[in-house]
Amino acid sequence: MIHLDLIQLSRLQFAFTAMIHFIFVPLTLGLSLLLAIMETVYVMTQRTIWKEMTQFWGVLFGINFAMGVATGITMEFQFGTNWAYYSHYVGDIFGVPLAIEGLMAFFLEGTFIGLFFFGWKKLSKPAHLIVTWLVALGSNLSALWILIANGWMQHPVGAYFDFHTMRMEVSDFAAVLFNPVAQAKFVHTVSAGYVTGAIFVLSISAYYLLRHRHVALAKRSMTVAAAFGLAAALSVVVLGDESGYLAGENQKMKLAAMEGMWETEPAPASLSLFGLPNQQTHKTDYAVKVPYLLGLIATRSISEPILGINDLVKTAEQRIQHGIPAYVALQTLSNHPENTAAEKTLAAHADDLGYALLLKRYTPHISDATPAQIHAAAWDTVPNVPALFWSFRIMVACGLFFILLFAAAFVLCVKQRYQHPLFLRIAFFSLPLPWLSAELGWFVAENGRQPWVIDGILPTFLGTSSLSTQAVWASLIGFVLFYTVLTVIEFYLMVKYIRLGPTPLLQQQ
Amino acid sequence: MMTYHLLRLIWWALLGVLLAGFAITDGFDLGIGMLLPWVARTDNERRVVLNTIGPVWEGNQVWFILGGGAVFAAWPLLYAVSFSGFYFAMLLVLLALILRPVGFKYRSKLPNLTWRQTWDICLFIAGFMPALLFGVALGNVLQGVPFHFDPTLRAFYTGTFLDLLNPFGLICGLTSVAMLACHGSVFLLNKADGLIQQRTRRFTFISACLYIGLFALGGYWLATKVPGYAIQSTLLPDGPSNPLHKSVLRETGLWMQHYQQDPRLFTLPALGFISALLTLLATHIKSYRAAWVCSALMVGSTVATVGVSLYPFLLPSSSHPDMSLSIFDASSSHLTLEIMLIATLIFMPLILLYTSWVYYVLRGKVTEADVRQDKQSY
Repeated sequence: MIHLDLIQLSRLQFAFTAMIHFIFVPLTLGLSLLLAIMETVYVMTQRTIWKEMTQFWGVLFGINFAMGVATGITMEFQFGTNWAYYSHYVGDIFGVPLAIEGLMAFFLEGTFIGLFFFGWKKLSKPAHLIVTWLVALGSNLSALWILIANGWMQHPVGAYFDFHTMRMEVSDFAAVLFNPVAQAKFVHTVSAGYVTGAIFVLSISAYYLLRHRHVALAKRSMTVAAAFGLAAALSVVVLGDESGYLAGENQKMKLAAMEGMWETEPAPASLSLFGLPNQQTHKTDYAVKVPYLLGLIATRSISEPILGINDLVKTAEQRIQHGIPAYVALQTLSNHPENTAAEKTLAAHADDLGYALLLKRYTPHISDATPAQIHAAAWDTVPNVPALFWSFRIMVACGLFFILLFAAAFVLCVKQRYQHPLFLRIAFFSLPLPWLSAELGWFVAENGRQPWVIDGILPTFLGTSSLSTQAVWASLIGFVLFYTVLTVIEFYLMVKYIRLGPTPLLQQQ
Repeated sequence: MMTYHLLRLIWWALLGVLLAGFAITDGFDLGIGMLLPWVARTDNERRVVLNTIGPVWEGNQVWFILGGGAVFAAWPLLYAVSFSGFYFAMLLVLLALILRPVGFKYRSKLPNLTWRQTWDICLFIAGFMPALLFGVALGNVLQGVPFHFDPTLRAFYTGTFLDLLNPFGLICGLTSVAMLACHGSVFLLNKADGLIQQRTRRFTFISACLYIGLFALGGYWLATKVPGYAIQSTLLPDGPSNPLHKSVLRETGLWMQHYQQDPRLFTLPALGFISALLTLLATHIKSYRAAWVCSALMVGSTVATVGVSLYPFLLPSSSHPDMSLSIFDASSSHLTLEIMLIATLIFMPLILLYTSWVYYVLRGKVTEADVRQDKQSY
């Protein structure tokens, strides 16, 4: 059997379940809003074609939604089942947005989704429209809260370490709520969801138009998707840029890794378009650079340098050394909570306690760590550079392509030239791209955060539950089998119902 | 500003409200899942049964998800220890809860009978397994489970999944199955008629009687065989949340101490029995709405009985009783409890309001004709 330890297995399981979950989430985000838009047109114009559209895309929405909910439950459980120490260490802060997500978003979504499907005859038109909007609102609010939680993992604000309880506790909830990283991520992520929904509608409409089926429905759907998608695609790129700026401020290592930037870039920093980052030699070969651009994105200026990986590792090394006294003081305090000298030391060094914890991989006695161990731990703060470098570039390329695609769709729709075979083919084959870029986006965000589970506070390897590797092997295999079967079924039903199209659906059951 | 002590008590009560909310609303969905193969034979009958809860089960399930989130936020140590300790039990619950949304949504999407019957089995499992495992879990919480902490509060759970399936755990599991089957059946009595209703009545009688017997057996077992726990040292109700600073006594029969000190508490388990009997009576005279109210009361008082018996413990440790989790040393911080309370006070009334409206819109029976006519039906 492949040798993987508990930490790698737990990470693999989380990554697998999260990435499968995120096949369904962006479509829910985008399609729920598109349904609400279509139904609004129906209620305003009273033309039944728009109701048929809402119901047809609604069926596909339902097939997708069920899997989104099902795989989402796993995510909420998994912090506790597989990341128990993480849950204890930051639950005081991290649990709050999750609970509010339930109160504010899941109830809204879960209660009204039933009426969306079953309420067509029981509700007046405006009442049903409100229900549809509430479902869309619920989905989007759930994205807000989960990204507040995730934003805090990337940029932990408004919290402090309490040695009495051996965990992080909240000190300023407003800071957690209005965390700039969370806000930028939220808008970037929901926009990506809108792009996914719009491309889904665009591609399937293109498929119908290519085959001259359901033309009235497909034309209108395409028009809605083009307009909505263009706005969303522009906002994804603009807000992705905002995320880049914030990463430049808050997660310098992630930014440097995404750029394959080993040496500090003097001002004005240039952006690498292409290159082959090498994790062993600490160099990026064949780099093709655009002057000024990175400086503009990451610092909004041309006068500031951007720190490279080598310099950031040196900073990490200093922070580890600075954190060791905090750890020593903490050990004293756990036996003698009244020791005020230790309390003072801890307070003075608390910001770097997390860095000292990086040493736990190398020695159980952090206070006796050798310079070599400190050096090695400092290099652990570098994530996988080539993987981030390339994932990021493919994601950005997809994002730019989406703008072109929607712009073309928009022009064709305005000119009423729906039967443009080349465009329709391109639109149809673009279907997988929003998923590709969304998954890569999460990969950049989460793998770029490594080795931290909470940036600068808690190393990932300390966050796991005390489980046996056999237990996690068993659950991981179980998840892979179970999710694969369900995902195959979902795809099968999706394709079947797309092929059936809107009209036969009425006779189907 | 409320004291830390009071906030912890409020959150303990709210945890009970969430559990009861889950057991009362999603409980009948689980119950109906269990009854599905037995009260409905033909495909059309099964669709009727599924569509009685089709539009509402999803919202009901949020009670459970919110319960998970609230435990995470309000009792992070409880969340960490129980979810990782009950690892395989949790994964089985998860499996069931994943099968449910998919089962409902996909079952009637294809006309093939084998396909539909396979999903019916999945939906049965998705009802039965969580009902059983939640009961088993509570039964084990009452006995205490083997876990301890190191000085950094990393939890180590030393039991196995099979250890959970001990006699008392199984009694509690079956009590929960009988209770939720009964609760599901009376919901179905309100929403279906004809043959389905006739068959369901039989299950209401059987499950209510089983519940009475099992609940009594569980109570007897708890009083005479199960070790209870009591805090011996002084525990500051306003102190920091660290479960390493107290001493705890573990002794058979100790769970009865609150009832001995204040016999008025016996009202709670008594209410469980009385409301089960009233459910039987109301079903007998075909007053199904009253029967549902009584069975909801039965579910609520069962949850309350468990909570009151455990007070002030959340999760006792059988291997290291001193490290047991109590409501005064396993909560989140003062500020977090306060923020969460404000959020709950804002959103809970809204949730209750719009949920009631949805049930009002969906009132009335579900018939085979409805299911056939509405193309959105499950």
